[in-house]
Amino acid sequence: MSGGHSTYTPSTGLGKWIDARLPLPRLVYDSFIAYPVPRNLNYAYTFGGILAIMLVSQILTGVVLAMHYAAATGLAFDSVEKIMRDVNSGWLLRYMHANGASMFFMAVYAHIFRGLYYGSYKAPRELLWILGVIIYLLMMATAFMGYVLPWGQMSFWGATVITGFFTAFPIIGDPIQQLLLGGFSVDNPTLNRFFSLHYLLPFMIAGVVVLHVWALHVTGQTNPTGIEVKSKTDTLPFTPYATVKDAFGMILFFILFAYFVFYMPNYLGHPDNYIPANSLKTPAHIVPEWYFLPFYAMLRAITFNIGPIDSKLGGVLVMFGSIAVLFLVPWLDTSKVRSAVYRPWYKLFFWLFVVNAIFLGWLGSRPAEGSYVHMAQFATLYYYAFFLVIMPVLGLIETPKRLPNSITEAVLAKSKNGGLMAGVTAAPETKG
Amino acid sequence: MKTILTGLATLSLGVMLAVGLVGGSALAEEAHSAAEPTHFPMIKPQQEKWSFAGPFGTYDKGQLQRGLKVYKEVCASCHAMKLVAFRSLEELGYSEDQVKAFAAEYEVQDGPNADGEMFTRKAIATDYFPSPFPNDEAAAASNNGAVPPDFSLIAKARGVERGFPTFIFDIFTQYAEGGPDYIHALLTGYDHTPPEGMQIPEGTHYNPYFIAGKSLAMPKPIDDGQVTYDDGAPQTLDQYSRDVSAFLMWAAEPHLEARKRTGFRVMIFLILFAGMVYLVKRRVWANVAH
Amino acid sequence: MSAHDTAEPTRRDFLYIATGMAGAVGAASLAWPFIDQMRPDASTLAAASVEVDISSVTEGMSLTVKWRGKPIFIRNRTPKEVDDAKNTALSALKDPIARNANLASDAPATDIDRSAGAGKEKWLIMVGICTHLGCIPLGESGEYGGWFCPCHGSTYDTAGRIRSGPAPENMAIPPYQFVSDTHIKIG
Repeated sequence: MSGGHSTYTPSTGLGKWIDARLPLPRLVYDSFIAYPVPRNLNYAYTFGGILAIMLVSQILTGVVLAMHYAAATGLAFDSVEKIMRDVNSGWLLRYMHANGASMFFMAVYAHIFRGLYYGSYKAPRELLWILGVIIYLLMMATAFMGYVLPWGQMSFWGATVITGFFTAFPIIGDPIQQLLLGGFSVDNPTLNRFFSLHYLLPFMIAGVVVLHVWALHVTGQTNPTGIEVKSKTDTLPFTPYATVKDAFGMILFFILFAYFVFYMPNYLGHPDNYIPANSLKTPAHIVPEWYFLPFYAMLRAITFNIGPIDSKLGGVLVMFGSIAVLFLVPWLDTSKVRSAVYRPWYKLFFWLFVVNAIFLGWLGSRPAEGSYVHMAQFATLYYYAFFLVIMPVLGLIETPKRLPNSITEAVLAKSKNGGLMAGVTAAPETKG
Repeated sequence: MKTILTGLATLSLGVMLAVGLVGGSALAEEAHSAAEPTHFPMIKPQQEKWSFAGPFGTYDKGQLQRGLKVYKEVCASCHAMKLVAFRSLEELGYSEDQVKAFAAEYEVQDGPNADGEMFTRKAIATDYFPSPFPNDEAAAASNNGAVPPDFSLIAKARGVERGFPTFIFDIFTQYAEGGPDYIHALLTGYDHTPPEGMQIPEGTHYNPYFIAGKSLAMPKPIDDGQVTYDDGAPQTLDQYSRDVSAFLMWAAEPHLEARKRTGFRVMIFLILFAGMVYLVKRRVWANVAH
Repeated sequence: MSAHDTAEPTRRDFLYIATGMAGAVGAASLAWPFIDQMRPDASTLAAASVEVDISSVTEGMSLTVKWRGKPIFIRNRTPKEVDDAKNTALSALKDPIARNANLASDAPATDIDRSAGAGKEKWLIMVGICTHLGCIPLGESGEYGGWFCPCHGSTYDTAGRIRSGPAPENMAIPPYQFVSDTHIKIG
């Protein structure tokens, strides 16, 4: 895929026969074996692989859970409990799926923050970044609809609140909400369509992931220095170097995953979702799953009218806008330097942004009252300021540190034993 | 340039801190109006010791059997447990025949028979604990308007918020017993006197451990000596509460032991495998500067 | 490669092979729950036996109950039906094996081995499914006064034995026992 040249040479007769008809082995070889990756990638770059395997895990556990789940309001809750109690290994599969969603988001946040830190969105990788934001949006929709399926109290009221966002829009709001719900409130039609879409969307995610990886293999990875690959000494073949590093990262991630599945399976969930849905009784505090909390905090932070926009619509716009702004990031960052490693001020504001995002998450879990609201307003302001003010302005006024001339130079400067460099021919042709 | 940036950064940090401090103190004030509290429970439950806590936790079968007795003799008159089948009581250490005999003490509705009539029959092992009321409306009508919640999942459906930073430590201590802690605290928490000036609505009972208000519709359900134990365990309110909490945890999470057992094997495997892959990784990268 | 590498190839190969094998074992163990979940679950297995009250089934009457989702025919046969079945020579049968789960697998398809046994010959308890392709045969019909399958025309006699048509075997007798004179436990 990359560079337009392929080094694949089938050695057997059968290999040649297939290669002349359907060069799938060639595609795999070029994409996952000989594909050159920068030699200085650190473990922050393993989250892409982790996300791929988490998507597979969610699809597999989801498919088997669907063999036992009943998408009808009268049956849904009990069918999930039947999985937990009676189905062989059912508790394991369901806890894997529920906690897997959280792990998926943990990995995607690490992946996004890595992209922001190393400037992975900058030209020529704008489409790669935008495809990533689309995947993230699809993930949010999938996770939201999946959370409705167990038909607990949080499922029901979460669905009510989130579909209620649309009523904020004048005129078109109510018809859109009714279209989503298939009625005037969350009920059986809603549950049925959410199940159908929850099953469909992961495959759409997989489709966009293919585009995402394609775009990646056209431009190649970024790397911690942010300098593009210039020569063959800058890269290593994907296999075995990146493969084994990714594998190690994945297993460490599985340890975290297994820890939650086996020892804290309900820690990331809410107790109220073990109460069957009741359309006449709202829980004391409705909170979304943890991965939506920062956005939930921003939604609730707008308690005042802004001109003709009332606070409800304002909150919804601010929340949707917080995702929409991500699409503009490649053009908001005016810096000529890609990586935060050489941008001391950007680095500082980046880490402030991370802290602020976590802080927003915590605020989202608090009741929307008193000083929490003011704190949320301030944190929302910083969230937007980071993208709309700091990114463009900092790029113009910041003096970056001196950049190395190439990845090889940066690696040699770091590695005490520079002599090893000469001994390794990293060109894909000679390896693999 | 640098000074402007430093200024900006300190400013944002400063504002964050200030907002945090003001917020914190304001919250502290809010929480302390004793007569009309706004956040519940008024007292957080004590952390109790449970045999099923921790990575190697297992259920104490004797305790579960006592808890079942408390449930059957006290709770079951109002609280259903419709997701728990009699057959699963074998996990408490009962034989198949004991379970059959236990089930036969309950009547369940079945039918229709050949004449199209519904009839009641003795429960069998594959039946589920029957509900004491025919429907929610009947339950509410005979309980002062409040429907007694089903007990199948109650130990997982209740949990008092732990607050920052306790909820971070909980990840490392594997605290997952919020449900039983809460049930135990609620059952033993009836004998407090309300603070001066507090209005307790008619027909409700003050309990500072109640998760959703200052008082609840259920009167003190159990007291010392009410249930006879035949294994010599103390017949006290505290012991009853502990036993029934443990039993309800089992009812909500019957596969807890298998989960932790499997988890141990999986963790050992993953850690060893991670070590091996790490060694492979080191070998592969050994002669490559990176 | 340098001499450093060739000096210890066995140790390195061992590490690679061992890691690969551990990975394979891990993947295989992970696959098990995904297969395991397809097996009948605990509630299905627990319902594997049913107790039936047969006191209301008088002579010449039949009762159909469900066991493992299949119909079980419980028939209190008339003396004529029993005699008809008894007087049929084994050589006239298409399938000479009793197909009775309570007896040895090679027991002959005599009437006594098809029925509930000595003293209870009038009771015939069998899975009411045609052994051809799984349809439910109609009772008291067909050439032999037993059962007739409307799907493809298999005919069974009064002991549920296949006499003509495409079905290969006698209708199966499920495992059961009389817990009292009026109650049987199937399964």
